[in-house]
Parts: sequence; structure tokens; C-alpha cells
Amino acid sequence: MLSELRTSKLSPQKYYELYMRTFDELRKLEIFFKDETKRGRTNADLYELVQHAGNILPRLYLLCTVASVYIKSKEAPAKDILKDLVEMSRGVQHPVRGLFLRSYLSQISRDKLPDIGSEYEGEGGTVMDAVEFVLQNFTEMNKLWVRMQHQGPAREKERREKERRELRDLVGKNLHVLSQLEGVDLDMYKDVVLPRVLEQVVNCKDEIAQYYLMDCIIQVFPDDYHLQTLETLLGACPQLQPTVDVKTVMSQLMERLSNYAASSSEVLPDLLHVEAFAKLSSAVVKVIEAQPDMPLVGAVSLHVALLTFTLRVHVDRLDYVDQVLGACVKKLEGKGKVKDSKATKQIVALLSAPLEKYNDVVTVLRLTNYSKVMEHLDYETNKVMAVVIIQSIMKNNTSISSSEKVDALFELLKELIKDSEGAPSMDEIDEDDFMEEQNLVARLVHMLVNKDHEEMFKILTTARKHFGQGGPKRLKFTLPPLIFAALKLVRCLQGHDAGDEALVSPKKIFQFLHQTVEALSTVPAPELALRLYLQCAEAASDCSLEPVAYEFFTQAFLLYEEEIADSRAQVTAMQLIIGTLQRTYVFGVENRDTLTHKATGYSAKLLKKPDQCRAVYACSHLFWLEEDGGTQDGERVLLCLKRALRIANAAQQMSSVTRGSSGPLTLFVEILNKYLYYFEKGIPQVTSNLIQGLLELIGTELQSENTAQDRAVDAFFASTRRYIQFQKQKGDDLAERYSSIQVVSPP
Amino acid sequence: MVLVLALGDLHIPHRAPDLPAKFKSMLVPGKIQHIISPGNLCIKEVHDYLKSLCPDLHVTRGEYDEDLRYPESEQLKIGEFKLGICHGHQVIPWGDLDSLAMLQRQLDVDILITGHTHQFKAYKHEGGVIINPGSATGAYSSISYDINPSFVLMDIDGLRVVVYVYELIDGEVKVDKIDFKKPQTAA
Repeated sequence: MLSELRTSKLSPQKYYELYMRTFDELRKLEIFFKDETKRGRTNADLYELVQHAGNILPRLYLLCTVASVYIKSKEAPAKDILKDLVEMSRGVQHPVRGLFLRSYLSQISRDKLPDIGSEYEGEGGTVMDAVEFVLQNFTEMNKLWVRMQHQGPAREKERREKERRELRDLVGKNLHVLSQLEGVDLDMYKDVVLPRVLEQVVNCKDEIAQYYLMDCIIQVFPDDYHLQTLETLLGACPQLQPTVDVKTVMSQLMERLSNYAASSSEVLPDLLHVEAFAKLSSAVVKVIEAQPDMPLVGAVSLHVALLTFTLRVHVDRLDYVDQVLGACVKKLEGKGKVKDSKATKQIVALLSAPLEKYNDVVTVLRLTNYSKVMEHLDYETNKVMAVVIIQSIMKNNTSISSSEKVDALFELLKELIKDSEGAPSMDEIDEDDFMEEQNLVARLVHMLVNKDHEEMFKILTTARKHFGQGGPKRLKFTLPPLIFAALKLVRCLQGHDAGDEALVSPKKIFQFLHQTVEALSTVPAPELALRLYLQCAEAASDCSLEPVAYEFFTQAFLLYEEEIADSRAQVTAMQLIIGTLQRTYVFGVENRDTLTHKATGYSAKLLKKPDQCRAVYACSHLFWLEEDGGTQDGERVLLCLKRALRIANAAQQMSSVTRGSSGPLTLFVEILNKYLYYFEKGIPQVTSNLIQGLLELIGTELQSENTAQDRAVDAFFASTRRYIQFQKQKGDDLAERYSSIQVVSPP
Repeated sequence: MVLVLALGDLHIPHRAPDLPAKFKSMLVPGKIQHIISPGNLCIKEVHDYLKSLCPDLHVTRGEYDEDLRYPESEQLKIGEFKLGICHGHQVIPWGDLDSLAMLQRQLDVDILITGHTHQFKAYKHEGGVIINPGSATGAYSSISYDINPSFVLMDIDGLRVVVYVYELIDGEVKVDKIDFKKPQTAA
């Protein structure tokens, strides 16, 4: 059977099966040998005898088997026997056969090594001997393993490499054995084991072996050993073959160390003492220098691994984090916008890691190298990253509370906020995407807050400066939220008279507001600007700043006159102007007159008659301000209502001429309701006679043949009459006044 | 039992970044049969979000709404109730209950949902009920100071409607409820 093991024809898998069967048989043989010794044969004899076997391979297997019994008997020192075996095994230089043979040797010798505390210590040797034995076996096995790479024709290289990988654990086992030895303490490891192993690893110059063995060392030996030998271990990395995936090796190591640090709080001081971070970061640099052909993605991945380590172990050392980013910046220097998508992905990973770890963009803003790394992202990816940053702020409710932070943040977001040189032109950008982005930036504005009024104003002016460089397309998204933030600030300051010397006051904010809204009207966004001017006007009125409020109203009117031509837009604009004016109490008589005159004038000039009518009767409210000190001019109210009535009449006649029937009477019913409103307020000019007259007019018109049936008007009129009835029945003062009004029910 | 959500004047993104988190976690798709909004959402994303909560969405135009196709007013029937929606910037004086009552008479509805003032109101008068759900985000308003985010949920059952108003006060959601009964219409 042993001679079968001499074959060269089997693949490693098959050879392994054969080996296992043989192994089992050899165990039985071992028992036989043991029995033999009981029957009088000495181990030395047996040892001599088996060497007569014809071929070297079976001979050695037998020898090892006998040696197993021999060592156990302690008739000779373990160290001598082991030395003998490991030397003699050199006789088998065929890689596969040699590997399995030595593996057998390793297996049977495992429990017989003269380790500290083992029964074989002392006479049998010391742990040094055990280490020596294992190291030698390891070295020889590695040599055999590496030799496999070069056997056979080049075209079969892939198959050979696959076979090598199947055998790798045989080699790695030795390292396991070393790690299990009690006697291999930190000093032994540092002085003997690691240097020897690393020497073999580096010198074999074989990519597969180096990668596997480095990984093995890291996995097999304890973390505190790695910590204490960090420099040596890392020192080997630049010396490895360029094709070895050293970044994975180093990442493994860093991951282990970070897990180690996380496992107990006592570890951290060790890490600091040993200056793990410094060693790791300089190792990264050395590796990159040693491999000038390393692709960019490799270099960046190394930095990502180091950053992950730093964030896990030294999370509060922002300076370390910044250092890692800085090292990456140096590597990226001169490369401009990175085009390789894999490298870009790694850069994104590098940038996202601190965001996710700290969940606080403000902390990330303190990393001076962050923006420099971001510069190297191509346009699209940079924007994606910027969006990620904003989303992080929104999700974590982070406040950006100073103008410096705003500056730093907007620097990171600059591709979103303004057009840079490398950006594609406006035509190429998808409209919907653009809107979504800009709306996101708008939402961000609400996160720029500080309770201190001066700082808040600084924040607003800083943001305004940045947004101002964004070009016309962006302004209508970015400026409105700034304006409302400013209006909120005005409210905070209302009532506090800080005087003209203060750095921030309502007046100063209104100046800011004026310029900002003005920028919008030139975009052009006149309707939006009009609305915002009116908001500012009302706010100024609340602050009792008459000239400021007047100025805002003027601007609103100017926009109306010059920029708003669409009739529907005009109707809404008038509603807003009248509505705002109705609420402002700050104006003196002259100013108020000018503005109301303008309002009523424009109302009467709206295109469609019904719109005119409605706007004019809305104007009536301009002459009846409810709150103290407000104008209450019954004459002008009535004038408006009468004018509205005339317009309604005209509308009716027009409708009658053009369509052959009078138009809907809804306008009349609306005006009737307005009469009732003022009647109840007690305006003397709105008499019950007037109301009666209108009631009857409507009633007649509704029954006239010329009038088209309109359910809505009927219902409206009916509910109005119901309302009057209700008021009459209430039995209070109002009811008194209503008493003279007769409600005629339709037949 | 028909659940109708009424919320408006969100003013996203001009005046608020988003609905308050506590409101968002309460608004779950599939529970509500109708959503009514007087307007001022203002962007498509908000419309889509509301649509995801309930496909039957009715929105009227607020003066800052991006979508110009929303109607100025709308009427719909839910159960025994006729509801009307209008943003309210069209009704001057703004927030004046008598003038809003006039609009209600004109639309001939039992319940008028309106907005613009950002102030919650539930006002019963001779012609019906006027409900202003306030601003769901507590957005700045030139009309009202110190606004808490609020919205309204109506439970319409036959001739009765229970109006639940949800308000976010100092970080906590407070609920209040008001009952309205519609008189049986005479034959």
C-alpha cells in the first residue's frame, strides 16, 4: 500500500484520499509495532529494521510510524528522533509526495513535542527543540509547495495553481502547531518564530504562498502578539511580491486589531502605547511606495482599511482620521477627477465611513482633508456624495450653527450649489433630477440655525453669498427658504429695540430681504417675487416700519404692472395684494390712500368681468379694518359694493347679448352676502332697503325666462335666505335690525 | 366608518424641510379612505407622498403650489356629507369666519375645509362647519404667530362626524376631538 503512495499520477485530491486510507492502516501498524516491542524487540531495532525497505517513500513512512512508538517509549530523546526524521525526509523532493509525507510526520509528532509541561521535556529536549523541529518542517514544506508552481508546462499553470491551493492547509498546519505550543510565549514568538517564518515567506518570492502564509500568521497567532510585533510584521509587507493582495492582508490585520480593541477597554492603552496607528499608517505608505505599479483602487482601498481601523479604535481622534484622509489626498495629488469606477467606489467608501460613524456632519466638517478628497470625484459621483451628506444632515437633524460651518459645508456641496468648470451644460442635465436636488438644498436651509440672532444673521448672509453664485436656474429654489428664515428672525427681534448700532436689527434684515427678493424678480420669477414682497411688507408693518412696508408694496405693484400678464396669475396676485393690504395697519392716510387706490384701480381692470367684480368687492374690505385704529370708512365700502354691482350688471348684459341668456346670477348673490356682512357690522350706509332691493332683484331675475337654470345659484340663494331667516330668529340686537328685511320665498 | 385625513399648508421646502417625524410615523398607508388638502404642499414630492398614503387625494390650489392644475375649489360627497375644499387666500379678509361662511353657502356644502392661516379652527355656524386643519409642518405664516404643527382626521359615520385634531406641542402629539351632527334634511 505504501508503494501506492509513490505514484505521480494522482491529483492532490485523489492522493489525499489514498493518504487517508494509508494513514488508517499505519495506525494499525503502529499498534503492531507497539506489541512487537512488548515481545522483546527494542524500538531501536525496529527503527533500524524498517530502513531496509526498498524505496525511500515507504521507508520513511514506516520510519515515522516506528518513531511514534519509539518516542512514546522514551528510550531515546524525542529531540534526536525528531531531528533525524525531519532531515531524512529531505530524501523525498517530489512536491506532492513530500508534502504528504511531512504532513504525516507533523501529525504523528504533534503530541510528542518536548513542549513546556509535556512529558517529553527535559531529557527529550526543550521547547526550543520543538520549535526548531516544526520550523524546519515548515520551511521544507513551503519550499516543496512553491516548487509545484514551476513544475510542468506553462499552459497548465492554472491547474497547478488550483492544486496548490488545495494543498495549502498542509503547510499552514505547521503554524497552527507552533501557536499551540505552550512554550511559545511572546518573547519566543518575537525573537525566534516570527522572524524565521517571515524570512521564509519573503524569500520564497511566491505569490500564493506569501498571501496564504501572511493570512495564516495573522489568524493563528493571538492579537496581543501581533500588537507587540507590529513593526516586524508590517515590515514584511512592502517586501512581498507586487502581485500579492497586500491590502487584504493588511485589512485582515487591522480588522483583527480593531476587534481586539473592541473586546475590552484595557486593550486601548496598549494600542496607544505601541503606537499602532502610527505604525500602520507608515506601513501603508511604505507598501504603496514599494509598489509603484499598484493601481489606484488598491492604494485607496488600503486607506479605506486604515480608516476603518481608525474609526473603530480611535474614534475620538479626529486628527488621526484627518491624517488618513491626508495621506490619501497625497496619493491622489495631480490625478484630477478620478475616472476609474472601482477607484471612485473606494473613494466614496472612504468619504462615507466617517459620515456613518459619526452621524454628525458637523464633526466631519472638522476634517480638513475631507473636501480635498471629494475634489477627486468625477462630477456625477461628487453630486451623489453631496446628496448623501445632505441626507445625513436631514436624517440626524444636525444643526449647522455658524457661518464658518456653513462655508465649510457649502464647499463640500459646491457641485450642487453652483456650476463648476467641469460640469455639463444646463441642456444636458435632467430637469426632474435637477429639481429634486435643488429642493433638497432648499430643505437643508432649515438646518442652518442658531438661537443667537447675530450669528443667525451671519449664517443667512453667508448662505446668500453662496447661493448667489448658483446662477438663475437655482435661485428660485434656494432663495425662498432663506427669505422665510430671515422673516422668522425678524419676528424674534420684533419688539426688542437694539438701536442702529446693533449688528442685526429688523431694518438690516429687511435690507437683506429686499436685495434677495430683488434677485428673484430678475431670474425671472415675478409671481414668486411678488408673493415674497408681500410677505416682507406684512412683516415690516408688524414692526411698525412704514417706509419699509411701503417700499415692499411698491415693488409688488411694479411687478404686477410690468411682469404679470397672465390673467389667471393677475387674479391671484390681486387677491394677495388686497388680502395683505387689508391686514396692514402701519400706513398713514396718504400712503394708505395711494395703495388702496392702486389696488381698486387694478381690480377694476382685470380682464374678465366676474374677476373684476370679485376683486372690487374684495377691495371694500380695505376700507373697513377691524382692529383698533384701522380705517373704517362706510362711504368707500358702499362705493366699492356699488361698483361691483355695476360690473355684475354689465357682465349680465354682455352674457345676454353674446349668449342669448343672462349669465349666472351668482355674482349678485355674492354681493348680497357682502351687503349682509357689512349690515351686521353696523355700517350705516348699508341699509336694509338696499338689501331688500337686491333680494328682490335677484328673485326676479331668477324667475325670468331669460335666465338659464343654474342649480348652484339656486342653492346659494336659498342658503343665503336661510341664513337671513336664521339671523332674524335669533332674538338679539342683530335680529332687531334684520326685522325689517323680508325674505321672499320663491314659488 | 370612513376616515378622511385633512392636512395642508405644509410649504415644503420653502418654509419647512418635512413633516414632523412624529406625524410621519402616525400616517400609515392603507388606513385612510380619503385625503383632502386645501393646498400649499408645495412640490410634487409631497403630492406623491400623500398619494402613497391614500390614492383618493383631493388638493386645491394654494398660492405657492408648484402644480398650477389644482382647482381653485372642489366639492365632493362622502357618506351623507357634502364637503368643500378651498385654500382660502381667495377669501378676503383672510381667516374671517363670516366671509368663509359665505363661501360655504356658495359651495353648498356641510363641511368646508380651508387653510391659509396655518391656525387650526373648527367653527360651527348656521350653514355648517368650517374646518381649518392648520399647518401640518407648523410653517411660518404672516397671519399667525407661534404655530404648532397640526392636522385633522375626520371619522364620518352616517350623519355624524367626529373631528380629531392632532397637534404637536413641545414635541408631544396631543389629540382633541369634536363632534358634529348633521340635521336630518326635511323631506
